[in-house]
Amino acid sequence: MMVVERKNRMKSLTNKKKVLEQKPMNFWERLYLPAIFQGMAITFMHMFKKKETIFYPEVKREFSENWRGMHSLKRDEQGRERCTACGLCALACPAEAITMIAAERKKEEEHLYREEKYASVYEINMLRCIFCGLCEEACPKEAIYLDGNIVESDYLRQDFIYGKNKLVEAPFKA
Amino acid sequence: MELALIIEKFILITVVFALSLVVAMYSTLAERKIAAFLQDRVGPNRAGPGGMFQPLADGAKMFFKEEIIPEQASKFLFIAGPSLAILTACTGSAVIPWGDAIAVAGRIVDLQVTDINVGILYIFGVVSLGVYGVMIGGWASNNKFSLMGAIRAASQNISYEIPMGLSIIALLLVTNTLSLKEITAQQHGWHWNVLYQPLGFLLFMICSFAETNRTPFDLPECETELVGGYHTEYSSMKLGFYLFAEYINMFISSAVMATLYFGGYNYPGMDWVNNLLGPLWGPLIGVAVLFLKIFVFIFFFMWVRWTVPRFRYDQLMNLGWKVLIPLAIANIVITGIWITISDKL
Repeated sequence: MMVVERKNRMKSLTNKKKVLEQKPMNFWERLYLPAIFQGMAITFMHMFKKKETIFYPEVKREFSENWRGMHSLKRDEQGRERCTACGLCALACPAEAITMIAAERKKEEEHLYREEKYASVYEINMLRCIFCGLCEEACPKEAIYLDGNIVESDYLRQDFIYGKNKLVEAPFKA
Repeated sequence: MELALIIEKFILITVVFALSLVVAMYSTLAERKIAAFLQDRVGPNRAGPGGMFQPLADGAKMFFKEEIIPEQASKFLFIAGPSLAILTACTGSAVIPWGDAIAVAGRIVDLQVTDINVGILYIFGVVSLGVYGVMIGGWASNNKFSLMGAIRAASQNISYEIPMGLSIIALLLVTNTLSLKEITAQQHGWHWNVLYQPLGFLLFMICSFAETNRTPFDLPECETELVGGYHTEYSSMKLGFYLFAEYINMFISSAVMATLYFGGYNYPGMDWVNNLLGPLWGPLIGVAVLFLKIFVFIFFFMWVRWTVPRFRYDQLMNLGWKVLIPLAIANIVITGIWITISDKL
């Protein structure tokens, strides 16, 4: 009873509230057959509607602007790897997907790496990665972006650990 | 029995058997295609042109799957279950008249495997045997979910056989015979039984949905709720047999519905066509018409599946026992009164 009284006192602020009355069904409604035929007419009409299917491997749906796909390690204007192996991406990664080994740049490697320290090994486990994009936010050198495609399927778990050979951007062509 | 008759029947049996298997096979593709069309999709379209070879791919997949028989299962019954299901599904087609007699090389050939004078009873006997396949399979799996699915299936099938039989009784009052051949011959031209027995047809159709375990009565195997019903433990081709039996059942019950209520191979203007085309091609057109009716029914089965949601179990039982059976009895009474009055006048 208390609940009912409270409900009555509660006034609608918007006047949008509609009280639905549930009438007992009449004979035709209780037969259900008219409703079934109505439903069948609706489904039948859908036979002639435009198909929503996108034929995937041949036709690809456009990614949205903030789509996050496979990572790529970027190069600078001179084609040198930007990554300095600071490890902030690995630290930021909530899924612990990123590991790397840092190495010191030698004199003759200046055309390969921008900074004095670089990642000799950089691995992302694509099975662990949740594509949150925190690594690209954490990166101080603008070296990693999730601007790639969908990560492809594979047969072995070990093949999902992507090294630099898959991650680093292709060098510029002259 | 003369040799020619044996050869003739042998060919007919082979053709009917092959046809029902092919129709059932392509029903699986049709089901997926129609499901897709009704949901604004395109359906399987990769295997062959427009997905034509999809059933072959599905069948090959079923054959190559690993076959698992649970350790605690009764091995003999476990294999007997699907075998019985497919056996009963295939034997139902024996009494269906596929067409009028045709004249080939001076012989009159009946397009019916056997014209037993209790054709309808034969079909009922075979249909009710179908429950054993489900029940044995569910029992032999030694799994409580399978058993529960099997019990649901059995109680549903038994419940719906009663209104089905009662609706047939009203039909028999009209036709005065149990032979399917005579029933079909009586519906010459447009004198289809559905015009005399609309309520009986409706009841029969609803019951055949339940008998073939199709939506909205597919509780025995409802994919979305049960683990898989009576065939939970089945794999490989034994599962394939269960699924395939459902499609053969659908084909046979469509054929029975077309024969009993929609005139079988009869169609308006058939006399004119028969005179025009002669005693061989005329009846063959009738066969084509019968198959057209069957395909329309199969389409209807699928159309309903993708429209009407599944019944709850108590609703199913309520509908069967409290609605369909009283309606079927009322139908018998009305038919009886109507026949008596029209005979006296």
